[in-house]
Amino acid sequence: MRSAFARSIQRFAAVCTAVAVLSPLSAWAWEPTKNVEFIVPAGTGGGADQMARMLQGIIQKNNLMAQSLVVINKSGGAGAEGFLDMKGSSGNPHKIIITLSNLFTTPLATGVPFKWDDLTPVAMLALDEFILWVNAKAPYDDVKGYLAALKAAQPGSEFKMGGTGSKQEDQIITAAIEQATGAKFIYVPYKGGGDVAAQLVGGHVTSSVNNPIEAVSQWRAGELKPLCVFDSQRLPYKEPVASGKSWADIPTCKDGGLDIEYLMLRGIFMAPKVTQDQVDYYVNLFKKVRETPEWKDFMEKGAFNTTMLSGAEYKAWLGKAAESHRSLMEKAGFIAK
Amino acid sequence: MEALSNLIGGFSVLGDPMNIVYMFVGIGLGVLIGVLPGLGGANGVAILLPLTFSMSPVSAIIMLSSIYWGALFGGAITSVLFNIPGEPWSVATTFDGHPMAQRGKAGEALTGAFTGSFLGAFIAVLLITFLAPVIAKFALQFGPAEFFAVYLLTFCSFVGMGRESPFKVLAAMTLGFALAAVGIDTVTGQLRMTFGSTELLRGFDFLVAVIGLFGVGEILLTMEEGLAFKGKSAKINAKVVLETWKKLPAMWVGALRSAAVGCWMGITPGGATPASFMSYGLAKRFSKNGKNFGKGELEGVVMPEVAAHAAGTSALLPMLTLGIPGSPTAAVLLGGLLIWGLQPGPLLFVEQKDFVWGLIASIYLGNIAGLIVVLTTVPLFAAILRIPFSVIAPIILVICAVGAYTVHNAGLDIAVMLIFGVVGYIFKKLDYPLAPLVLALVLGDMAESSFRQAMLVSQGNIGIFWSNPLVGSIVTLALAMLFWPLITKVKERLMGGPRPAAAE
Repeated sequence: MRSAFARSIQRFAAVCTAVAVLSPLSAWAWEPTKNVEFIVPAGTGGGADQMARMLQGIIQKNNLMAQSLVVINKSGGAGAEGFLDMKGSSGNPHKIIITLSNLFTTPLATGVPFKWDDLTPVAMLALDEFILWVNAKAPYDDVKGYLAALKAAQPGSEFKMGGTGSKQEDQIITAAIEQATGAKFIYVPYKGGGDVAAQLVGGHVTSSVNNPIEAVSQWRAGELKPLCVFDSQRLPYKEPVASGKSWADIPTCKDGGLDIEYLMLRGIFMAPKVTQDQVDYYVNLFKKVRETPEWKDFMEKGAFNTTMLSGAEYKAWLGKAAESHRSLMEKAGFIAK
Repeated sequence: MEALSNLIGGFSVLGDPMNIVYMFVGIGLGVLIGVLPGLGGANGVAILLPLTFSMSPVSAIIMLSSIYWGALFGGAITSVLFNIPGEPWSVATTFDGHPMAQRGKAGEALTGAFTGSFLGAFIAVLLITFLAPVIAKFALQFGPAEFFAVYLLTFCSFVGMGRESPFKVLAAMTLGFALAAVGIDTVTGQLRMTFGSTELLRGFDFLVAVIGLFGVGEILLTMEEGLAFKGKSAKINAKVVLETWKKLPAMWVGALRSAAVGCWMGITPGGATPASFMSYGLAKRFSKNGKNFGKGELEGVVMPEVAAHAAGTSALLPMLTLGIPGSPTAAVLLGGLLIWGLQPGPLLFVEQKDFVWGLIASIYLGNIAGLIVVLTTVPLFAAILRIPFSVIAPIILVICAVGAYTVHNAGLDIAVMLIFGVVGYIFKKLDYPLAPLVLALVLGDMAESSFRQAMLVSQGNIGIFWSNPLVGSIVTLALAMLFWPLITKVKERLMGGPRPAAAE
């Protein structure tokens, strides 16, 4: 408690100095005047929650914000609770939300009255990659072998795809593979990415499309092997990860004959009807976060795609992503009537 | 022994006095978090997580895991004193803990609960120290069918033995299942029974229900009975700890069984809550004093606590070695590991020796420290019961309301809590059992989704529950538990011949 108090004094002093130095040339007109709520539309411990708490820690450690950032989980209805809360906080600049793909999938799958453009886009922080994983004992080493085995297994299919949640990113990729190959999977939904990776190691499912960070430790331990990454190009990280192989050594799925691209948004939104000044403040804040060594380290550990977008570019990206989710989900029959 | 020298290395990491300070701070905060219903260990750890970024990973995990130990200990306090479980896994502690407090034996119940907790954790940490690599692999054998089998076993070991009318048990349990089904369905991604309401999206949280059913319901009952705590006459005696300890050695068989149940549930990872229910159910059936369970039997307090703490501790093993969290709190700690740049997984034990063994050493010390902290405060907590009811009841209600709000930061949950309070009161008046309702509410969700996952995997073939020796034996054991009363009756008939039957 005492150290927290000391830190807050320190922070107060730092802010005073900062204000004194910056005030003549203050670059942005708006700043938070009270604590900012940081909504996570998912449970504690998941990927979005980790990133939100990481951001909170970085911002606090580097004194990037005068007020505190308070992380609040609103996970009800696959995140719908958090989105509806934001939609209902029109004009409130002291509330931001981190989103994952459920920004698009939840309203489509559940019919909850919400659409991504109800909120004000701030910035894309990163994109999460998806990799096709199989058990290390699987008899194939590349996508071609996998697809051949998948086709050979038809009909009476024994191919089980494990994934996180239902009618969300993992099942959408599964459906996309089905649409591309004409094969059929048995999709088994689990609660979290760690569970899925462990189920794959235990041989209870045949493959998974885990994010890199969810399966990397099992890869390094020689229990799982990656077949391909669902991105348009290979990952940039050349540092060896497992048995001399690096993230960059994993081929893209497209090269293996599986023409599917899927990346998951890790982006920030604000409530509807906030001013441009307020949006600019947060864009600036997250730009500063991206410069910190802690953030760069976190990006590399999770093999993230570090594209950052804001403003019109971000909006255009979102529009395209929303459309591709809608068409994929429509074809798979995932849309609520 | 390699494990032993590693452990000694771990203790030397703890030699840093700052780490000991963090440990005590963590325990203190944890007890506080455990006492406040709603503010569970998972929330508490999540809130403090960002504060630890500037510490070294070893210090950070020592402080955060100490919060976890503290919360495990603290959960028992309000269960015993006010019938309000501070944490899901202390629900089973209320069954006998609160009746004991009402009979003026609060100190004895608290001592039993704390000592039981310590014992459970100690056995589990011994297991982690010496058998970690062997048992870590065991969790991998658990697919959906095996998980369902474990939940089924929990239900069956708890249900097959109730004194209440089986129809009332069934009614209460069905209500629990129905409430658990509200919200998003994880298998199909559809909303169920939300009737277009935004507030119902999050479903009925187990904690909100429990705070209402037990806490508020109890206050309503007490008000009716004349505004007096029955435990008012509690003897407050510093020697109560030693006197209770004298009674404990007689329970060693049950304690070992509970510890085994707890360790098993923590590793598989079923979690601390089912472990506590299952071990209470087993103790009730197999103990000599089983008939007195529910009326204030010390054994009924000790057993679920041993199991809960053993499960809570051993849940760290699948978290560290496989990256699967065995409890919500472990899930948050797992997030912490990633943020500190540690990758949980099979290689953690090899690459991060200092961290892992420092953590294991801190489990030993943290639990000893925790036991000392809570035992010395037993008379203090027991003394709370001497405060007049008219003063303490409003305070409890406020704490309950704050707790219900904290779970999801939702105002409506306070109203939901009050409604559950009335339901709890009516249940008590009509002699319906609350435990099956609570059990169905907390496990219904998980049991349902693992059953449906298993059905997906087997394409609807029920034979999957007997498809290998592991799952087959658990399911068969569960069914035997369910029909135990029937089996014993048949056995009595066969053994005793027709005479006793005629006497009936």
